[in-house]
Amino acid sequence: MSTNERSNVVEMSWDPVTRIVGSLGIHTKIDFGTRRVIECRATSSIFRGYSVFLRGKDPRDAHFITSRICGICGDNHATCAIYAQNMAFGIKPPVIAEWIINLAEAAEYMFDHNLFQDNLVGVDYCEQMVRETNPGVWAEAERTPAPHAEAHGFRVIADIMRALNPFTGSFYREALEMSRVCREMYCLMGGRHVHPSTLYPGGVGTVASPQLFTDYLTRLVRYIEFLKRSVPLHDDLFDFFYQALPGYEQVGRRRVMLACWGGFQNPGACDFRYETMRSWGREMYVTPGIVIDGELVTTDLVDINLGIRILVGGSFYDDWVGGETFVKTDPLGNPVDPRHPWNQTTKPRPQKRDFASRYTWVFAPRWYHAPSGQYLALDSGGGPLARLWVTALAGRVRMDHVEATGSSVKIRLPRTATRAEVELEWRIPRFANTLERNRARTYFQAYAAAAALHFLERGMREVHAGNTRTWTEFKVPDEAIGCGFHEAVRGMLSHHLVIRDGKIANYQPYPPTPWNASPRDEYGTPGPYEDAVENTPLFEENGPDRFKGIDIMRTIRSFDPCLPCGVHMYLGDGRIIEARHSPTLGVQVVEGR
Amino acid sequence: MNDAPLTEIDVLWITAGLSCDGDTIAATGATQPSLESLILGAIPGIPRIRLWNPFLAYETGDALIERYHAAAEGRLDPFLLVVEGSIPDEQNKSEGYWAGFGTDRSTGQPILTVDWIDRLAPRAWAVLAAGTCAAYGGIHAIAGNPTGCMGLADHLGAGWRSGAGIPIVNLPGCPVQPDNFTETLLYLLYQAVGRAPMIPLDEAGRPIWLFAQTVHEGCDRGGYYEQADFTVEYGASSCIVKLGCWGPVVMCNVGKRGWMGGVGGCPNVGGICIGCTMPGFPDKFMPFMEEPPGARMSTAAVVMYGTTVRALRRFTKISMDAEPEWRRRGGAADHEKDGG
Repeated sequence: MSTNERSNVVEMSWDPVTRIVGSLGIHTKIDFGTRRVIECRATSSIFRGYSVFLRGKDPRDAHFITSRICGICGDNHATCAIYAQNMAFGIKPPVIAEWIINLAEAAEYMFDHNLFQDNLVGVDYCEQMVRETNPGVWAEAERTPAPHAEAHGFRVIADIMRALNPFTGSFYREALEMSRVCREMYCLMGGRHVHPSTLYPGGVGTVASPQLFTDYLTRLVRYIEFLKRSVPLHDDLFDFFYQALPGYEQVGRRRVMLACWGGFQNPGACDFRYETMRSWGREMYVTPGIVIDGELVTTDLVDINLGIRILVGGSFYDDWVGGETFVKTDPLGNPVDPRHPWNQTTKPRPQKRDFASRYTWVFAPRWYHAPSGQYLALDSGGGPLARLWVTALAGRVRMDHVEATGSSVKIRLPRTATRAEVELEWRIPRFANTLERNRARTYFQAYAAAAALHFLERGMREVHAGNTRTWTEFKVPDEAIGCGFHEAVRGMLSHHLVIRDGKIANYQPYPPTPWNASPRDEYGTPGPYEDAVENTPLFEENGPDRFKGIDIMRTIRSFDPCLPCGVHMYLGDGRIIEARHSPTLGVQVVEGR
Repeated sequence: MNDAPLTEIDVLWITAGLSCDGDTIAATGATQPSLESLILGAIPGIPRIRLWNPFLAYETGDALIERYHAAAEGRLDPFLLVVEGSIPDEQNKSEGYWAGFGTDRSTGQPILTVDWIDRLAPRAWAVLAAGTCAAYGGIHAIAGNPTGCMGLADHLGAGWRSGAGIPIVNLPGCPVQPDNFTETLLYLLYQAVGRAPMIPLDEAGRPIWLFAQTVHEGCDRGGYYEQADFTVEYGASSCIVKLGCWGPVVMCNVGKRGWMGGVGGCPNVGGICIGCTMPGFPDKFMPFMEEPPGARMSTAAVVMYGTTVRALRRFTKISMDAEPEWRRRGGAADHEKDGG
């Protein structure tokens, strides 16, 4: 980092970060001399204690309770909890139940990405915001023709931005309505949204009939028609920022360390047994895996599982290592680390927030990379970026309308009422940065829609063959362990369950946001938000007094934070900090102004 | 409140209880009315709402928090306060916080959510508890929870009234049914301009027209219950009371109303009712997948009557499934020949 002789470091916070789920605070030190963020802390100020109060409960209640972890992706938790219960109870649901769950989850991706992209993230790129932060960019947007105007109907880039203005923008409102159509699709399969009513260990309570699939299909084709405008619209919008602001690819850029735990089970392969998890994991319709610096280091769910470590770092918890161990070895005989979720005991320790030591309710999950001996702060890139990247590299997925090629993912959207067939290709980008996280979100909506066509067709096949039983009976064992791996909307999600005396002895859910929003760990490694914001260049035209931090906000939102936990930041009225070449936490603060 | 006719009212929404934001997100799914229709003034004769909700707000950080400070200091009047999430007990520990919203400039520590509620509630025209957590404590107030959390009435006091004399309006549900929420908001907007009487609430603070019926009374599987047709397998179309459905004793309209646009629901589509709208939720309904103890007796009582009724109906239905005999070629002539 170059040092500026007239370095002008200001402490700024945004509290709360809005247009995300839950509360998040971003506290930064910004050097307005070099126009860079030099330090960032992510903090969350709400704690509820699921892993504490799940202890002693009936294991069959796990999916009903854990769904309530999150009000936008609760069904992901319910699904993941059911996967863990299926493993612990030793059951395999009927084939049609898996297609129904996949259809439900596909609808959740379609709904959630849609709402988030165009009603939350989109506002960062709307007319009002761009005019307030980059008037020069707005002027250029007015002059710049949209390359795909024919597909989406907006002549210049500024028209797209106008259409994204909150509530008054036409595309903003249309996206909101489409998010409802997707939620109706979810309700058809999962009963209700966002906390499902028809999901159970062993299958679903959904009545499988031709009508069920017809009602879903008629909504899905409407959504596909909408996607044929939405995908090129977002390509135009994001490409324009690269053009209007040379160097923008550095905003929110992070080393490529992406994780995906796999989505959409293949009922032909999956029996939910740990012993066979390696093979059925690879048959999922979103491939699990970890990408480090462009290389796919594993697609093995057993390796992925055994590498998870929960560090305490800057979090409000007491350590548990040295206390009770629940799982010494996995069902294959591999040793399980004391810092693995199966062995974690959550010990909340409320305390004052201190950015020099402990400052958040979020733990610090890491993945132990044996070759380097490092605890990697993996991220999900908001979910879609990691899913597409891993799936593309793995080259395994072949569906009716989706193909992974080894370097890209091809998605075919068939002909709809007023539009011809469209083939989209998501290619692995050069950078893992803010704009590419957002672009991937739009492409994954298309992925989910195309995958849903595949699942619908397979589900109908079962109905036509008369295979309409949707549930397998089971007994709760006295002693068992289970784990669920799933891709929540925002990325990797795992649930680890331990049963003793027929009750939950330990339950540890790890959604993507704990990975993305984690604080510094014991080794000083920052969490992904912190890391992506630190060293990000700033392109906003406002000085410290009217600064909105738009590039920082775009970066944070590109990860699609979902912190039903607390957050806060404040903007403006920054305090001037004594200039240092490399400020550290705890630097003496001198009140400015 | 000043006396000028209301054309706009601020809706201040606290999502920073112990919540999941699910009630906010449910509200974005509503269509009867939709949030945007209230914001854009689609409905005549009611004030438009200026919505301050962290999930949707254009403003971030201080630009948003300033509205809450203004309301707490009496600079924003009138406003409607919506609370989402359970209210933690911040007295049960020596330091730190369970829930905060914004930073206190003087201390650098989060402003406690309970402090916001204590400052805002007395000045609010009305207070709406969105979701079972805010209404009664909900899932986060489950046995064994570390935060000692509770519902809004537990925190403010059972007989609490706003300055305008309105009790806490509880809109339970986990999450709240989308249209239940926006429709209650619509009612309050009518009331705010004097076009509707005091909102009718039951003993538990729920709008009576939405919560006077049990799930079972609005469930289209009630007919199976009456005929003692109880399935023991999830996925069947008949009554699921033996699989854990609490619908007969739970006040909720989802079976009748559906979840969104009439689609979805709970027992009406094969999802057992877990009592998520009730003050006793979740503890009094667990384990969810067990038959409710009371159902065992009731279903036993129904069996003899129900099986008899089912048999009689089957017999009648066989007759009703056959057309009258004159509906065939030449049938009418035969019919006349027989003297009609």
